[in-house]
Amino acid sequence: MSNIDAGLIIQKLTTQFGDAVTAPDEPYGLLTMNCSCDKIIPVLEFLHNDETLAFTFLTDLCGVHYPHRSAKFEVVYHLHSFTNNIRLRIKVAITGDPPHIPSATAVFESANWMERETYDFYGILFDGHPNLKRILNVDEMTIFPMRKEYPLEDNTRRDKNDEMFGRDPKLILNDN
Amino acid sequence: MLTNNQHIKLADQELEKETMTLNLGPTHPATHGVFQNIVEIDGERIVSGVSTIGYIHRAFEKIAEHRPFYQITPLTDRLNYCSSPINNMGWHLTVEKLLGVKIPKRVDYLRVIIMELARIADHLICNSILVVDTGAYTGFLYCMQQREKIYEIWEEVCGSRLTTNIGRVGGLERDFNDIAFRKLEKFVAEFPKVLKEFENMVMRNRIFIERTVGAGPITAERAMNYGFTGPNLRAAGVDYDVRALDPYSSYEDFDFIIPVGTKGDTHDRFLVREEEMWQSLSIVKQAMQKLDQLADKTSFHADVPAYYLPPKDEVYNNMEALIYHFKIVMGEIDAPKGEVYQAVEGGNGELGFYLISDGGRAPYRLHFRRPCFIYYQAYTEMVKGSLISDAIVTLSSLNVIAGELDA
Repeated sequence: MSNIDAGLIIQKLTTQFGDAVTAPDEPYGLLTMNCSCDKIIPVLEFLHNDETLAFTFLTDLCGVHYPHRSAKFEVVYHLHSFTNNIRLRIKVAITGDPPHIPSATAVFESANWMERETYDFYGILFDGHPNLKRILNVDEMTIFPMRKEYPLEDNTRRDKNDEMFGRDPKLILNDN
Repeated sequence: MLTNNQHIKLADQELEKETMTLNLGPTHPATHGVFQNIVEIDGERIVSGVSTIGYIHRAFEKIAEHRPFYQITPLTDRLNYCSSPINNMGWHLTVEKLLGVKIPKRVDYLRVIIMELARIADHLICNSILVVDTGAYTGFLYCMQQREKIYEIWEEVCGSRLTTNIGRVGGLERDFNDIAFRKLEKFVAEFPKVLKEFENMVMRNRIFIERTVGAGPITAERAMNYGFTGPNLRAAGVDYDVRALDPYSSYEDFDFIIPVGTKGDTHDRFLVREEEMWQSLSIVKQAMQKLDQLADKTSFHADVPAYYLPPKDEVYNNMEALIYHFKIVMGEIDAPKGEVYQAVEGGNGELGFYLISDGGRAPYRLHFRRPCFIYYQAYTEMVKGSLISDAIVTLSSLNVIAGELDA
């Protein structure tokens, strides 16, 4: 059980950052909020440094591609406060081509490789990253393979089409 | 480690000041897989280093986007293949969370037994390989015999040994049979003696102590900032354990101690893993007792025919079962839309599954939070200023599994 409730986190963040942090929700019991791209680093710093909240641990950072949204890319941060035993998910939608987002490496050392991995797979540029280059794929690669426009296997295979997985082939997702 | 006053002092610009670049790996015997560390050395001392990974990258996350949930289980096997049942269970727990499946207590306890055996198997290989890297081979053979016994139990439970593909969404594929329980009892009875013998052989061994104490240390603060979890974080003094802080599979019913270290060096990591094996053994014993006390003696899966594959004999003789089997195998599971994060305490740290479902039969996005990947980036910092021989044992003690690192 956590020591603080989600309401306190939402209240502190909205007091501090106003409209930059929006849409609090708790899908499957994990507090989730959206954050604007330009405010993500101050938000992470605030969560990290605030003595009550103490989100000192970055559990995970990854990218998601939504080709039919206006903001095509999303970076998702999973934070954990050990002292309060509560997790927090922050999602940042990114527009622009190529997509840019500030790097979180100054707040969390662990963001370094995770951001490199996200860049490697999605081509999301983390501004201020000390060494933003591919990590799992070869350097010569010109595409970002986890983007939805790159099919997994050869295009002649019908059994791997998205419609075979109950999904709209155009990958149209509801924005909400 | 040598102290400064044990070195021959040379004037500036002498031979000692010339550095050379050394490729430690890939496929170096001590790198236990395929990853490369390019280190700049001054004599035997490491001045700086760069780690390169990605040699066996298999695109798990991309493949997972084009597979129904059941077909993703074999992918998770190949992450940390030293304790693949934990990966399997983590994945099944994630899907169960998404689908809202309630699991019977008996299944939880059976899963706990399997997961704790997996933890013992994982720690056995990590610690025994660490001892091999300090030059002692015998202990490794002792440990492998015991790991073999764990594999035999899994073989009874699921039919395979290394990449187990164990379990189903909603429970286990089959119940533990009598032979499995007998083998489990035999293992529980015999293992303490062998583990004690291994510890006696190693823990007061002067070579082992001198090679490991002070090698590759990391402070609690740095470890947390780097995202360390599992035994590596606990060795640095932080008592974070997913089983205790965020219990899954009824871990809240068990009493166990979370061992912590103080210095976060190789020796501490070894000791934490040794103690965790004792704790895991205690959890297995408790689970066996709880199974005896449960009124329910038969259920090995939840009653969710829409998600759980029916038994094979029913598939052959019962039309309903055949239809369910077909629907499930063809991936016609109506997964709700949503986002789930489920963490389990893997053999080497917090293994997390972040699943985004768009209502399709395969994940829209699946991200594995692999503990190795997270903390291997700290390796060059940990070995900076130490000797090459320290770098070898540090690498072993981090328990970096190449399959999980590259994913």
